[in-house]
Amino acid sequence: MNPHVTAFERDGGPAPSLAAPILSVRGVGKRYGSNVACRDVTFELWPGEVLAVVGESGAGKTTLLHCISGQLEPDDGEVLFQRRDGSQANLYGIPEPERRRLMRTDWGVIHQNPRDGLRFGVSAGANVGERLMAVGARHYGDIRAAATDWLKRLEVDVARIDDLPQTFSGGMQQRLQIARNLVTQPRLVFMDEPTGGLDVSVQARLLDLLRTLVSELHLAAVLVTHDLAVARLLADRLMVMRGGEAVELGLTDQVLDDPQHPYTQLLVSSVLQI
Amino acid sequence: MSSLIDVRGLDKSFRLHNQGGLVIPVLRGLDLTVGSGECVVLAGPSGAGKSTLLRCLYGNYKPQGGQVRVRHDGRMVDVVTAHHQTILDMRRRTIGYVSQFLRVVPRVPALDIVAEPLRRIGTAAEAARARARELLDRLAIPERLWSLAPQTFSGGEQQRVNIARGFAVDYPVLLLDEPTAALDADNRARVASLIQDARRRGAAMVGIFHDQDFAAQVGTRRFDMTVLARAAA
Repeated sequence: MNPHVTAFERDGGPAPSLAAPILSVRGVGKRYGSNVACRDVTFELWPGEVLAVVGESGAGKTTLLHCISGQLEPDDGEVLFQRRDGSQANLYGIPEPERRRLMRTDWGVIHQNPRDGLRFGVSAGANVGERLMAVGARHYGDIRAAATDWLKRLEVDVARIDDLPQTFSGGMQQRLQIARNLVTQPRLVFMDEPTGGLDVSVQARLLDLLRTLVSELHLAAVLVTHDLAVARLLADRLMVMRGGEAVELGLTDQVLDDPQHPYTQLLVSSVLQI
Repeated sequence: MSSLIDVRGLDKSFRLHNQGGLVIPVLRGLDLTVGSGECVVLAGPSGAGKSTLLRCLYGNYKPQGGQVRVRHDGRMVDVVTAHHQTILDMRRRTIGYVSQFLRVVPRVPALDIVAEPLRRIGTAAEAARARARELLDRLAIPERLWSLAPQTFSGGEQQRVNIARGFAVDYPVLLLDEPTAALDADNRARVASLIQDARRRGAAMVGIFHDQDFAAQVGTRRFDMTVLARAAA
């Protein structure tokens, strides 16, 4: 028997609600030349659910995140996204303008480095307001009010709304980036090591903020991290990747406390304390 | 009597891939039924599989065989094979798990930690906090600590915050994994009264308690796992 199959959760029963998965990833693979970055990755993400993707550097986590968030077309497989009206969009089958519109409205991408997610030439307020303008907001007062509201929710000092991003600390830049993404009220957020470069004290507060927002806004999220403790606190489910393949997928606590796959057992037993 | 927990033929072993594929059998063909208002005390020596059984009931461990059925929304759902969304829903509304260890996001106030399970099932913020205050008070956590994060609390205080959190929602099924380990007599009595209240409202409970007097006080039945342990080995 293929050991990889037994390591996966048995989704035998019916889902409890009639809601469909917001994201269905089927057999996604990506190669760079002869180098396989990820292979045959399949999972479903449900509304309001947080999935953490863990594994060592080079396991294919970030490539997978790029493929499923519309940033990098995979060589194999498909990525299906459920639109607000309930219909399904094949991410790489729909016209480019629709994909771009979905990326600006229905989902957000939060990068590890705020430099990749913020525009450093414009103010904090403009960074947040820009996404609203991209979806058609034109009234300056409304845009500024929305930006102010989101800065407040992320506990950024609103007196600094006209300051440039580079004058903010790393933790505050990360909050700006999150505000910029959430202002259009996305339903799905992709996060790549969102607390990666931060001090532990700043990380704790940001984790709590993320957890509260995810729950209040009923966001679905895919979170790439190498930190199993972060995964334990934030994620409902955990996917373990190794060498480009997903070797185990299950409820976070089940994968961490009763790991089935040899690599997951090694990973969990190598951590100091989680 | 209608059962809330019905375990049939439960097999659980652990395969240690990084130790030559060593297999450790723990539970073999275990049957257990628990009804409303019962508090079943798991008995047996260390290593008999008491915690393993509790964790299988919560969907935290993955059994190799058998059924672990728990009443959820009026029907029996097998935790072993249920959809992950169903298990998450059961953990929000049906099954509570109280251990002696507090594991939460750092720097969150005790009051919010206790109120959080209620917020997750849609209880209004103020009602959730009111219930949290009541529980913290009942467990004798001084009011000046409520707005502080428990990481700085004493071990016993952290443990009681965790118990308050575990009892915040009136779960129909409660799993108690040594919740009173290391608590003093007064605090054990406070936890005992919470357990007795839960029994009176009809909860089905399964617990591990090392303190024999405490077990005798709150338990309605003993489930001896010593023989089972021998059968599994």
